[in-house]
Amino acid sequence: MTDATASGAPATAPANSLMAPDARTARRNAAEKRFRAYGLGAIAVAFGALVVLLLSILSNGLGAFTQAKLSFPVTLQAEQVAEAEGALLKTSAYKAMLQEALAAYLAEQGTDVDAEVAISLLSDEAAATLREFALANADRYGEPVPFTILANGRIDGFFKGRVTYESAELDRNVSPEQLRAAESLRDAGVLTAGFNWSFITAPDASDNRVEAAGLGVAMLGSLYMMLVVLVLALPIGVAASIYLEEFAPQNRLTDLIEVNISNLAAVPSIVFGILGLAIFINWAGLPQSAPIVGGLVLTLMTLPTIIIATRAALKAVPPSIRDAALGLGASKMQSVFHHVLPLAMPGILTGTIIGLAQALGETAPLLLIGMVAFVREYPDAPPEGLFDPASALPVQIYNWTQRADPGFFERASGAIIVLLLFLLVMNLTAIFLRRRFERRW
Amino acid sequence: MPTIWLFAIVLVTGLAGFALARGRAVASAGGDTRVMHSRPLYHGLNGLLTAMLPALGLLVAWLILQPVLLDRAVVGAIPPEVLEDGAARSLVMADVRRVADGLDAAIAAGVATPEGLAALTAEDDVRGLLGQAGVALGSDVSPYVLEAARDMRATAATLRVVMWVAVLAVLAIGLGVALKRSHADYRARNFVERGVLVLLVAAASIAVLTTVGIVASMLFETVNFFSQYPASSFFFSTNWDPSFSGRGGGSELGIVPLLWGTLYISFIALLVAVPVGLLAAIYLSEFASKRMRSVAKPVIEVLAGIPTIVYGLFALITVGPLLRDAIASPLGLGNSASSVMTAGLVMGIMLIPFVSSLSDDIINAVPQAMRDGSFGLGATHAETIRQVILPAALPGIVGAVLLAASRAIGETMIVVLGAGAAAKLSLNPFEAMTTVTVKIVSQLTGDTDFASPETLVAFALGLTLFVITLGLNVLALYIVRTYREQYE
Repeated sequence: MTDATASGAPATAPANSLMAPDARTARRNAAEKRFRAYGLGAIAVAFGALVVLLLSILSNGLGAFTQAKLSFPVTLQAEQVAEAEGALLKTSAYKAMLQEALAAYLAEQGTDVDAEVAISLLSDEAAATLREFALANADRYGEPVPFTILANGRIDGFFKGRVTYESAELDRNVSPEQLRAAESLRDAGVLTAGFNWSFITAPDASDNRVEAAGLGVAMLGSLYMMLVVLVLALPIGVAASIYLEEFAPQNRLTDLIEVNISNLAAVPSIVFGILGLAIFINWAGLPQSAPIVGGLVLTLMTLPTIIIATRAALKAVPPSIRDAALGLGASKMQSVFHHVLPLAMPGILTGTIIGLAQALGETAPLLLIGMVAFVREYPDAPPEGLFDPASALPVQIYNWTQRADPGFFERASGAIIVLLLFLLVMNLTAIFLRRRFERRW
Repeated sequence: MPTIWLFAIVLVTGLAGFALARGRAVASAGGDTRVMHSRPLYHGLNGLLTAMLPALGLLVAWLILQPVLLDRAVVGAIPPEVLEDGAARSLVMADVRRVADGLDAAIAAGVATPEGLAALTAEDDVRGLLGQAGVALGSDVSPYVLEAARDMRATAATLRVVMWVAVLAVLAIGLGVALKRSHADYRARNFVERGVLVLLVAAASIAVLTTVGIVASMLFETVNFFSQYPASSFFFSTNWDPSFSGRGGGSELGIVPLLWGTLYISFIALLVAVPVGLLAAIYLSEFASKRMRSVAKPVIEVLAGIPTIVYGLFALITVGPLLRDAIASPLGLGNSASSVMTAGLVMGIMLIPFVSSLSDDIINAVPQAMRDGSFGLGATHAETIRQVILPAALPGIVGAVLLAASRAIGETMIVVLGAGAAAKLSLNPFEAMTTVTVKIVSQLTGDTDFASPETLVAFALGLTLFVITLGLNVLALYIVRTYREQYE
């Protein structure tokens, strides 16, 4: 009987078997695969965006770190300097000195480049640089002093591919003749490209001196602001978190403060700029463009970040620690300050560094409190320097994007590389602190 | 003497108070700290806090209030007809302050003597004198401004003396009280702990003060603005055309085109960020291996750590020209590198990690039992996600999207560099448009005149922005909170 049914059955194969998936299962499995692919695609999009972003910044900005320079010796004479100082146009007198020295050097090198053209390759800053040196080093008159002077922005752009013979035809700031002279000077070894320290240390420069523009004042300003933020936001943030986490009674006031803090974390940064402008500058009369105002605004912005991180760190300390301290007769305050706070410190520091990193990159509020001003003077040492005008790294970047010369785009991208390096170091420190010191209870 | 010396004196006295109070308390116990109520450290801290805090508080409060007092004292010297206009008043006061500062600078630079200043009249070349001291004035000094400035200097000098005396007196009293109390039986620890608690509460209320400051500063100037410009044209006019010719006349300051640009750009940003962020979060929390998760999650979060100015520059020099050359120009949709699409795309990239990390938390909060139930009924993984997890997580995801929207609306640098400056009502995403934040920046940077509606409008824009983002945040937090309660 059983054999008969067994032999008769294969004729009508089962409509669905686990071995051969039917159309519906296939469809469902395909949908599953598609869904996974969408997810992977989304991750790929995010990765791709990050890679394109970084590559674009790097390819645009690395050029800012090298710069074409001319090196030649200049012999200063005391009477020449005295005469130039007496002249009406001091810098043009120094420019004449430079041209004389350059002509002598070119003749010595045996190149056929005209000194008149060669001098036009120099940055407009050159004469001022020479004057500064001459006034500061009276003891070196009479001997040949090796000078390295920046080539102007167009010549620099020529070696970086930004300026070509065709574009020079149309550009009234540079001629093909100058480019030819630059090429032969490079072949003669007078014109070289090297690492551009002045990009890191020099102050900003005016619109037609792109080659001389640097980040010195901006970095100093950012540093001052970070100091203000650190000195104010860390103690205030930690104190506020200790109160909210350890002492605050459950009442309406506490609720109000908590809702406030979570909302402040989401207020657009530009609104903090308006606050700074209205309160710190218009009402309290603090100076515009000063790091102290920027620091105060950024402190208010950073506080919520630090408070949220600190509260999480305090929450992570197990209650047994508090109970043990209280059991041994410590007061509530002692248990917090002697035991809980030290254990929460790594978490607090991590949160603080991340808050500082955010503050370092913040631009919009600083625009409103006058940090966009063109500042060439380095601020003094703190505390007076906190009230001097200064710029800030991200604002300097914004500033450069608003200039006409395309060379400033390269500078802006270069400045972003510097900014990102700072952020990288800060975040790595935060990760290191977390890995090294954070305890899992 | 500069005020910083007063700070230094207060600090040094505080430290002295620490040492003296500690010494007295220990001495009164005969050197045996075991019989004291509090440990010597607390007696020291008691000395420090009691001596320093009241004086420090007075000093800070004084410095904050001094400008207000000065203004009030000086207003009398200015003829009332100049002050009638509320806007002119702040202008005049700014003039007075500048001249007063200039006179100070002139004395400091040695180009004038105090006696010389007393004899100075408006007929003399005050502007030239201040110019020598390095203070450039925009116009000649009118007699009443000079008079008021002189008044201001005199009042400021008196106030400074009073401040020194008052602060030093409070300091001395505080120190005396602290020393009188320093005794072995004094409950110094309880006192110090109460003091510290007060400091902690003060720190916590700074958050509230900040919010109050934000609202107050914008509300005040916004009221000012609406007294010069009708609110109905601000909210309903479809024209944004501030005149640069001077005060009043001819400016059209309608917020509608700015809001349209803001919302359009935010919409495109969300169109990019929500699908990508959500799918990435789903993949990472449901499908990815542990190793992939440990690599991919931090990499996506790097996007969140990049400052917005970097995205702005990316939009300006890479994405903008690319979109223009590849899409907009060939299709004849426009030839501007800065456009709604540029800003929206780049902002979308910025928001990806924001959406993904919020959604990740929410998806992980869905209980495992719901997944297991779905698998047990034979659903595939994708079906489980689509039909069980996502519906369960929906309120949270909506909250995350709202938070992302509030970020997008308040974002500044990307739109400043990527979206353009022309206020337009258009549907073409390849056209340059502008946003509320861009206009706040452009109206408040450069030469600003806090009496003209063209500058004050920025405060009204800021308040509008604040209200919109606050509303979105509160709504989002409310949705997220009610949702969380379901599973806990």
